[in-house]
Amino acid sequence: MSLLTCQSLSLGYDGHVIVRDLSFSIEPGSYLCIVGENGSGKSTLVKTILGLMPPVSGQVLTGDGLRQNQIGYLPQQTEVQKDFPASVWEIVLSGCQSRCGLRPFYNRAEKARARAAMERLHIEDLSGRCYRDLSGGQQQRVLLARALCATEALLLLDEPVTGLDPKAAADFYQMIDGLNHDDGITVIMVSHDIQAAIRCASHILHLGDGGFFGTREAYLASDVGRLFAQRGGGGP
Amino acid sequence: MRLMETLSLYWQYPFVRYALIVGTLIALCSSLLGVTLVLKRFSFIGDGLSHVAFGAMAVAAVLNLTNDMPLVLAVTLAAAVLLLRTGQNTKIKGDAAIAMISVGALAIGYLLMNLFSTSSNLSGDVCSTLFGSTSILTLTQGEVWLCVVLSLLVVGAFVLFYNKIFAVTFDESFARATGTRAGLYNLIIAAIVAVIIVLAMNLVGSLLISALVIFPALSAMRVFKTFLSVTVCSAVISVVCTLLGMLASILAGTPVGSTIVAVDIAGFLLFSAIGRIGGKR
Repeated sequence: MSLLTCQSLSLGYDGHVIVRDLSFSIEPGSYLCIVGENGSGKSTLVKTILGLMPPVSGQVLTGDGLRQNQIGYLPQQTEVQKDFPASVWEIVLSGCQSRCGLRPFYNRAEKARARAAMERLHIEDLSGRCYRDLSGGQQQRVLLARALCATEALLLLDEPVTGLDPKAAADFYQMIDGLNHDDGITVIMVSHDIQAAIRCASHILHLGDGGFFGTREAYLASDVGRLFAQRGGGGP
Repeated sequence: MRLMETLSLYWQYPFVRYALIVGTLIALCSSLLGVTLVLKRFSFIGDGLSHVAFGAMAVAAVLNLTNDMPLVLAVTLAAAVLLLRTGQNTKIKGDAAIAMISVGALAIGYLLMNLFSTSSNLSGDVCSTLFGSTSILTLTQGEVWLCVVLSLLVVGAFVLFYNKIFAVTFDESFARATGTRAGLYNLIIAAIVAVIIVLAMNLVGSLLISALVIFPALSAMRVFKTFLSVTVCSAVISVVCTLLGMLASILAGTPVGSTIVAVDIAGFLLFSAIGRIGGKR
């Protein structure tokens, strides 16, 4: 059964439709990259998948025991976070918040889970450090560890390498590859970086320009894919 | 030695003890949510709500209510909820909505007091509501108990919801996406803020309230680096500054509210210096 299915989805807000009649499904263990020009509806699709905004029509279905609130989300960084006084430990642990329900404090299992996520991403030595003093690459690792606390199955990354230097970006892609291959976590990544998308992903969803959904090989053989790959993506 | 004698003389009066107890509690409560409000870019919600409370007090004065607390609390709560709802999904966004409500309430309040006031000393009344009255020194035992109960509620709610408040403050969209009811917790934050504002009106008045909420948090953020340590430290700074300010104002005969804020400013400068020196190491 598919982990996530979008059925004839139309997206937009204030009655303004950006994406029409989008259908695709994601199998467990796959690695989907969502690419497209600015304004083609990538962020809107992300918000709809997460249930942060309702679709204009159609629906998002989750399967295979996954609930919509169990998607590990790595959002784009906000202004607020840049000067937020919080330790790495506090932030990673907050990924377990949805497991608490109404219980006010974290229990031992949740703390162990946060510790395991930090070990998996090799940031256990940063535990007591202040988030705002970290480098961009370290900050992304911290947020990724938090996302791992929230999910077992599916990670959704929204332009994760924005603002990272090439070395940090390469490290980050390698880490995602590892989580996908070794831990069997399904990955959905919104990206501007078409080269990395072609290199890593098993499936590509192209929004706009007629659209495309299929495996990486099929995308590279298609007209839209060839064109887009040549131009090097949809902007910065 | 003279100083200690004067203090112990004052300590014998119950109204001084009440004022110190209430001042400490209010300082503690108001500092707790400061960090959250600063980081959520809601620094001015305190200002906005306190002006609403001023408007409500004017209405209460016009209606000749002897106990205006329930009315003021209800109106302020409603305004807090309204502000946070409009913050999410309307044409008028956060800061503009706060500015509109705060100035509007201030104007209407003053207008009402002018039109219908029964008091002979109108500008004195207005001034004492804006800059804090001496009513902190005329508290009755009942008011002290009310303040104690409300403070305990605020601190209790803050401790219970501490982790949720952190999650919602740090990253609201992540919290929402993983099924935390961010709307509900924003509402709880608003309610706590409203209670604090109404409590603190007596102490520093509605123009200076933001200082009580914001300064301790900003001071603590200069030096400390985790959310927990910043929160604890801002509570300590707030209580210490308020106590010093109240003692100074009793001894020197200066206005309570502005003296406390002046001490808060001094605290902020001190912590900025410590942060700068510590940062260089």
